[in-house]
Formats: sequence, C-alpha cells, structure tokens
Amino acid sequence: MKHLISIRDLTRDSAVALLDSAQQLSQVNQRTIKSLPALRGKTVVNLFYENSTRTRISFEIAAKRLSADVINFDAQSSSTSKGESLKDTAQTLEALGAAAIIVRHPMSGAAHSLANRGWVSASIINAGDGRHEHPTQALLDAMTIRQQKNSGDDLAGIKVLVVGDIEHSRVARSNMLLLSLLGATVSVAGPGTLVPEGIEAMGAKVYKTFDEALDEKPDVVMMLRVQLERMQKDDTFSTREYIANWSLDQTRLGLLGKETVIMHPGPMNRGLEISNQAANDPRSAVLRQVENGLAVRMAVLHRVLSGEDSN
Amino acid sequence: MIILKNLTLSDGSINDIRIDGGQIVEMGRISDSGTDCTDLIGLSGFVDPHTHLREPGFEASETVLSGTRAASAGGYSAICAMANTDPVADDSNLVERVYDLGVEAGLCFVQPIGAVTKGLKGLELSSIADMSTSRAKVTMFSDDGMCVHDENLMRQALLEVKKFGGVVAQHAQDPKMTVGAQMNQGAVATELGLTGWPAIAEEQIIARDAQLAQETGSRLHICHLTTAGGVEVVRWAKSKGIQITAEVTPHHLLLTEELVRTYDPVYKVNPPLRTADDNTALLAGLVDGTIDMLGTDHAPHSGEKKDCEWENAAFGMLGLESAASILHQVLIQSGAGDWKLFEEIISKRPAKLASLDNHGFIKVGAQANITVFNPHERIAVTEMNQSKSNNSPYLGLEFIGRVQHTIYQGQFSMMNQSVREH
Ligand SMILES: [Zn+2]
Repeated sequence: MKHLISIRDLTRDSAVALLDSAQQLSQVNQRTIKSLPALRGKTVVNLFYENSTRTRISFEIAAKRLSADVINFDAQSSSTSKGESLKDTAQTLEALGAAAIIVRHPMSGAAHSLANRGWVSASIINAGDGRHEHPTQALLDAMTIRQQKNSGDDLAGIKVLVVGDIEHSRVARSNMLLLSLLGATVSVAGPGTLVPEGIEAMGAKVYKTFDEALDEKPDVVMMLRVQLERMQKDDTFSTREYIANWSLDQTRLGLLGKETVIMHPGPMNRGLEISNQAANDPRSAVLRQVENGLAVRMAVLHRVLSGEDSN
Repeated sequence: MIILKNLTLSDGSINDIRIDGGQIVEMGRISDSGTDCTDLIGLSGFVDPHTHLREPGFEASETVLSGTRAASAGGYSAICAMANTDPVADDSNLVERVYDLGVEAGLCFVQPIGAVTKGLKGLELSSIADMSTSRAKVTMFSDDGMCVHDENLMRQALLEVKKFGGVVAQHAQDPKMTVGAQMNQGAVATELGLTGWPAIAEEQIIARDAQLAQETGSRLHICHLTTAGGVEVVRWAKSKGIQITAEVTPHHLLLTEELVRTYDPVYKVNPPLRTADDNTALLAGLVDGTIDMLGTDHAPHSGEKKDCEWENAAFGMLGLESAASILHQVLIQSGAGDWKLFEEIISKRPAKLASLDNHGFIKVGAQANITVFNPHERIAVTEMNQSKSNNSPYLGLEFIGRVQHTIYQGQFSMMNQSVREH
C-alpha cells in the first residue's frame, strides 16, 4: 500500500490487517520505552491547510514513535497564502526529503490529486479532504468498535448509527464505507437538509428521526460534530431545534442499551450534539478513540512507508 | 483547381467534384485525374455552433489561428466563436476584430457570436443591433459561460434579435441553484464530497425560455443540452411549434460523471458530465431530431488551470479535433443513424442556425466547403495536437474514423491529415 486516500482503496482483508497491526502497536504505547526503530531516517511531513491540532499531533506522535523525523508545515501561514499551488508546495517538501506527506485540505480530492497526478512520488496519507474522506478516523473508529464489542476480526452483525450533519462530514463518509466493508450495518440520521441525495449508495440506511433510529437498538451511536462556523452562516439553522431533534441528550441517553457504545470524533460541542452526561457516561469511548488514533496512524505510516505489516 | 475523385456523398451517390475559383463548378463523372477519394465520405464542411477561441484576452490558451488550425484538423469549415473573451465581444468593434482575425488566419470561417448583455454581466443588453449590421454580420447572440438569468432581459433579447431574424443561444443554468457547483448532483457527488449541479437548474431555464420564445415568436437555441429532462422539455417545445433548436456536445454523448472519481480536472466541464441514462436520452434525442446538432463547446485551458486541485481548476475541455470521430462512433458505428443524419447534425443545421449561407451544401455553384471523412482509419487522440492547450478528456483513447481532407473556400485547409501551414 503506497498511499491511503480513500476507504475505497482498501479491501476487507487489508482493512482487517491494518486494524490487527494497530492493535499490536497499541501495546507499544503502553510500554515505557515508547518507540520503535521502524521508520528511522525517514522524513514525514504534516501538510495542513486547515487547523486541526488534534489530528496533526496524533500523526506527529505516531510518526515519532516509529522514529521518523517529523516536519510540521503549516500551510495556512506560509508561502501558500502567497498563492503557491498544492503541487508546488508538495514538490518543495519532497525535494527536502519527505518520504510521506500527510495532507489535510479543505478541498475534496486534494489528497487524491497529490497521490495520482504525478506531482510527487512520496506516499500520501489523507488526513481529511473537504467533505470527502478521513480514512484514519474511520480506521480508529473501527478499531474502537472492535475492541468495545469484542467482535473478532471484522464488525459483522454490529449495528452502527451515525447522527448529525452527514452532508458536510468526511468522517461520516469514511465510516459508512469502512464499517460496511467490515460487515457492520450502518444507518444515518440527521436533519433533512444535511442528509445528501444518494447517500444510500454508500451503504447506509437513512432514518428521518433520531428516535426512530434508536428504536432499532444500535450497538454503537456515533455523534458527529456540528460545524458551528458553517451553521452560523445558515439562516435556516436553529441551535434550539437541533438540540431538540438531534442531540444525544439525557432522555435519549436513557434509551440506549447497557452495552451501547457512544462515540464522537471530537472535538465535542458539549451541550449541542452531545450532552455533558452522555460525554461523561461510562459507555462513552471518546478517549479510547483518541488513543486508538495514535495506534492506527502508526500502523498506516508503517504500512505505506515500509510496504509490509508490522508483524 | 481541385478535383476530388470517387467521393461517396451522404446520400450514397458516388461523384467526382471539380472545384475552381472557390466554388464547386462540376459534379458527376470527370475524366481528369485528381485526389482519389475512393471509400471516403464527402460531407458539406462541418460547422461548429459553439467554440471558445480565447482571443483576445487568453492567448496562452488559444488564439484564433491555433483554434482555426484545430478546426481544420477536425473537418470544420466554419466555427462560431463565443463572446466570453477579454474584453467581451459585446459591441461591433470587438466582433469585427475577431472576424478579421479569422479572415487573416484563413483556415476556416470564423463567425463571431455577440454577447447578449454588456460584459456578460446579465444587467443590460449589449449593442445587439449594431453587431448585427457590423462587418461581422452577427445573427447569433449568447452570454455562454453565463446564463441570461433575468427573465425580462431574456425576453427583451428575444424581441431584439427578432427584428433581423437572429437567435439567442442560451447557456441554461440557474445560477442560484448552482452556486459553487462542481459536478452532476447525485450519489457520485455525494460520495466525492463535491457540490452538485442539479438537472433541474438546466431544465427549468429551458422551459422558461421556450415559453418566452413562444410568446415573442422569436428564435431560441439551447447550448449544450445535458439532461434527459432537458430533452423532454425541448421535445415538448417543438411539439408546440416553438422556434427552438438544441445542441449536444460530443463529451455529453460519450462520457459520464463516473470519470470525476479520478478528481482529474480534465473531466471538469460546465454543464457537468452526467449519467449513462442521460447519454442515452441525448443520443435518442439526436436521432429523433429533438436535438438538432452537435456543438463542440471547445474550451481550451492552459496547463496551470487544469494541473491543480479539482475545485481550483477551470471548467472546459477541447472538442474540435475529436468531435467528428466521436459522432462517427456514437451515430454511425452504433447503427443509430446514417451519413445523411451525420451531415445534418454536424454541418447543415448549425449552418442554418448561424445563417451561414455559404456552408451546409455540396452542389454546383456553392462555395466549396467540403469535409472528406475516412471512416476506416484509426486516430489516436495524441495525434490531435493543433490546439495550444491539451485539456482533452480523451487522451489515451483511439477512435475509428478521422477527417482526411478539409476544404474551405475552395482550398485545402487540411490535406491528407496535415493542416496547411500559414
Ligand atoms: Zn456554456
């Protein structure tokens, strides 16, 4: 595997192998000496065109634990604001020795273009492109579900419900593809204007209300972050209405099964899409997701840069 | 003098043709020797109702000379140049300038299209009457690239062109429904995370304009029809006797939105590539006469406008050099139509649309504008290299059938697949 751009690039078996590898690597994270020599001498660049301190740090620590050299290139405050193209920036980074470029970009398809247009020969890892995909997030979510549900290799038979703004969510898209690839049944629920046409083609069942979706007794409820900046520009968006219909509030928390896992990609808007009680509930796996993010990103970096599995 | 020997015309008859002084002077059996055209198809010179030449303003992408070279290579003896240059072709000086550049290049007839509104801004009508009486004799007006969205302005434009029998060519795209649109709306756009361009944004503008054309009794042309629903609306309008014509591009007949999955901006075009069902409906419309003609929407872009992220890339693809080969594939090779229909679609009807009286005929006494098509020989898209730009969505492909000779005003603009040097 040279790049990780989209879940579409994975098969069921290659996805399972990545999760297995991440599971092994997570044990490294428990040990006192928290690094492996696997990527010694290799340079990995974080090329971020959007602010995302959490994802950037997660990749940075993951690369360092594999002994890679890490460069953080903040594209928002550099030459790119003077009009340098993505192509030129990536070529410059490669000339400086980057073996892998981890890219976060506001435009859908940016990572795909870096990987496939002959601009650079470095490995490209998609850390989120527009509304398209965020594959490492989906992998860490799958890993979390697998752990919480003790489900064996894949996620066969597990019912996952994704709630919120599906339209603008790359997390939702990657998860729909990956979780259904791994055998889970994926449903989505969200405001009508935020559930895009044709989403069923990605393998998800669509529910019109949160409560109707909860009647199906999902094993996992994944709450999406409300993108407040975007919503504040939208005259038709009402916070009060959103909370009433789509928040995982105390009442809905009470409807969840004892074993239902609560997930959120973070950062959370407490009191908006997720209530404080739900965020603090013992069924919440939010911190486990963060921890698994590190292991998954180590596994992905290792896979794309060594061309082999860690085991 | 040129003599073409053994040429098969669209009606199946085999003729020799003598050309002299720019005209066809004799047809039938000619004893003199000449250019052997055995097994080749002779058609009236191709006419493109929809070309972007980029001069003035964007000469790095295309000039009138390079664009007419591409036209000659594609078999075109006349092309209609859209108004969205810089400055916009919205007054008589500007359309005369483009007209003169065409005459100077001398490879095919360049008929400028005038802008409907000043600066393509959609706010006030341009000097339509002046352009119609200018040396460029403009009869077709279009804001192509932009839709004439204001319904009252559209009505005024239709009334204005009616005075001299002109036509308004509409780029049917409701701007409010397509803010930021990147590709066809639907499941593929949803998965790719790109903003959708819904079919209804095309269909409802066509419906509105058809009613305006009916009410004003004026002529309306629909540029680049792309949707099955749009075909239905045009079919309805024609059944009501409304004076409406429509064109389809080669790429909307052949390519689908699935190609956007590559995020390669060579597939980025406006209106966008649609679905296979739309392709089928467009071809059916072309065969039953609902769609009158092929328009290439040849839209050259220099490298940097395409070698970038999808959302930053410009809309448009090359079309002149590949159009006839594609029409051959979808119409003739598929068995959907015959050479007579082919000639109507690529020559006669667009000539009539743009009032190009010297084009669309092969007969004694007519100006000699003839395209000789070789339906047997292959052409690789890499051989299509006359344009200054290389944003062809077909690179890597090969077609069966290519233009062998193009004759414009009695001279070869392309002979044996070689465009005449200037
Ligand atoms: Zn147009």
